[in-house]
Amino acid sequence: MTATPGSTTGVAPAQEGAAPAPPPAVNLPTFVIRPHRGLVALDLGELWAYRELLWTLVWRELKVRYKQTAIGAAWAVVQPAFSMVLFAIVFGKLAQLPSDGAPYPLFSYAALVPWQFFSRALTEASMSLIAQDRLVTKVYFPRMMVPSAVVLSGVADLAIALLLALALMLYYGHPPGPAFAAIPLFVLLAVIAACGISLWLSALNVSYRDVRYVLPFLTQLWLYATPVVYPMSLIPQKWRLWAGLNPMCGVVDGFRWCILGTRAPDLGVLAVSSAVSVVLLVSGAAYFRHVERTMADRI
Amino acid sequence: MSSDHAIEAEGLGKRYRLGAPGEQYQYRTLRDTLANLARAPFRRRTGPRAEASFLWALRDANFVIQHGQAVGFIGRNGAGKSTLLKLLSRITEPTEGRAVVRGRMASLLEVGTGFHPEMTGRENIFLSGVILGMTRGEIRRKLDEIVAFAEVEKFVDTPVKRYSSGMYVRLAFAVAAHLEPDILLVDEVLAVGDLQFQKKCLSKMQDVGTSGRTVLFVSHNMPAITRLCSRAILLDQGRIVADGSAEEVVHKYFVTAAGASAVRLWTDPATAPGVEGFKLRAVALMDGAAPATVAQVDEPHELVIRYATQRPDMRFRLVAAFNSQGVCAFPALQPREILHAQPGTFEARVMLPANLLAEGEYNVDISVFASRGKKSHFCRVPDAIAFQAVDPMTGESVRGDYAEGLAGVMRPQLEWRQSPWPEDADPTGGLG
Repeated sequence: MTATPGSTTGVAPAQEGAAPAPPPAVNLPTFVIRPHRGLVALDLGELWAYRELLWTLVWRELKVRYKQTAIGAAWAVVQPAFSMVLFAIVFGKLAQLPSDGAPYPLFSYAALVPWQFFSRALTEASMSLIAQDRLVTKVYFPRMMVPSAVVLSGVADLAIALLLALALMLYYGHPPGPAFAAIPLFVLLAVIAACGISLWLSALNVSYRDVRYVLPFLTQLWLYATPVVYPMSLIPQKWRLWAGLNPMCGVVDGFRWCILGTRAPDLGVLAVSSAVSVVLLVSGAAYFRHVERTMADRI
Repeated sequence: MSSDHAIEAEGLGKRYRLGAPGEQYQYRTLRDTLANLARAPFRRRTGPRAEASFLWALRDANFVIQHGQAVGFIGRNGAGKSTLLKLLSRITEPTEGRAVVRGRMASLLEVGTGFHPEMTGRENIFLSGVILGMTRGEIRRKLDEIVAFAEVEKFVDTPVKRYSSGMYVRLAFAVAAHLEPDILLVDEVLAVGDLQFQKKCLSKMQDVGTSGRTVLFVSHNMPAITRLCSRAILLDQGRIVADGSAEEVVHKYFVTAAGASAVRLWTDPATAPGVEGFKLRAVALMDGAAPATVAQVDEPHELVIRYATQRPDMRFRLVAAFNSQGVCAFPALQPREILHAQPGTFEARVMLPANLLAEGEYNVDISVFASRGKKSHFCRVPDAIAFQAVDPMTGESVRGDYAEGLAGVMRPQLEWRQSPWPEDADPTGGLG
């Protein structure tokens, strides 16, 4: 059947005086729906156009996160604090791991702040598309907004956790020095790394539900591959750059510098970690865009 | 490609891989993918994957929709209507073909898109509004209007999980009704909510349709389609089978695609409905000598039921329930049980007078039963026949010269009288 609806065209001002004129076609946004093969363009313009949706989703995450919990946002502090106590006993006291001369609780907490943000972002963002399948199958928007909003909302928890870091710093006699002002830079690096990996995992999770079972192992393994319970100095010099391939190495090293103010971060590691983070983000976004086209069918 | 077209679709098609029964798409696990990779070298020998494991939900869809046009998409479940809306709204990508869309588009494929139960009504208005494509500024301007439309003023700061389902639906639709896109795609969302609110939504949508906005509307509610849309497109098994004026296409759907028929015959007594000793053989709605699949409401019709008895002294009665819009419009009941002294074949006829039916689809359930002490059914056939009642709009039917939508599942002819009331008499007097 060919399209010949000429006889039934509804509104034509010439025929019906009351009908308003069709909107001027020149100003209308036009898009083409067609199958895509191979890599899809990232379309940053579209992401920018939907920025209000991203903030709205972040706002929703924050609003809903601690609803119906007894202690609310305090959980953002309790979780890393609990890990800190545990690590201080097991790794600090029992295993006597070195801590670059800083008190072990402060030493581990400085790393736990970004680590908790990262592992939580990974776990929740990877599941976010599945958890919001109604949205994905019922309305169009760049789906990247969903895992990205989860990652970004975690920054609020990180900020709350930093308050305890400040308290600990004062308690242990490490008042914040000028390096403390560099924290936003390392938060940014952590966000880039978390976004990149979350895009990969959430897109994979749409087709391969194995991700759910891999995640607990992955975060466990990743924790010990990152200098959280041990200092960077424990990694032999010749392996340091390789360790930097783990983007959290650079982030944790940076946080330790900002909070403990003792040793400047290894710039080589930082450079490698930053490069890896950006590569993860770009490749994750590209893979996500690729999967996004038929996400609603697979979810 | 003319720029006054809101949507141009050329050869649009969507293929799904068939998974386990009932699933649209197979879940894949890494193991499956790896297994497939390992098997790949041998696939040649076993032949290419059978085409049968794929389903074309939509194929070769071509149409052009002008700006400001309201178009209804109709067809049976699985005909491809919702797939088409999903492709046009960019929720998923087509397998083949292309479509050009001009204008800001909003799709309304479910009620309460983006609603979060923990958030308040006000918060959900913002959430859902932004997800559906409004800006926060736009929502702030329309907030009061939306709340008033939904009639939830008192509960606007209550989490929606505490809402009644009616309130929830009203709020959700109110947000959607205040979208102002150039093109609005609506999928069967009006099937929820109470009747009064449905009407309010329909009229709000009508506003949308007449304010130069393009509306694509998927529905099983045929009177709504004919009232809201100037044009309808009929899909069957993924293909467009009719495209034209809404009345014509709705009629065609009813006669062909729905498989509805005003005649039902059971030629083989073995498979005819009934019990030992009783078989139903034929049911038909007749317009004179011809079956009335399309019945004009201003003409009389006859319902014919033929059945066979195989035992003497059977006593039972027939009832035909005429259903429309999901309710029983009226039962045509034999007032007394009838004794069938000798076995044989019988015909029962009941006259439906002119000006009894309302417009719309009717389906007729046939039931034969006896009730002596306890009720015993000889047969019960839901949807034995179906037909479409239409109003010829000659001005002579019950609606007279009123051409707009009329509610009700029946439209009997009633007598109206009118006279002047004496000027010196009390206008409220004499009525108790």
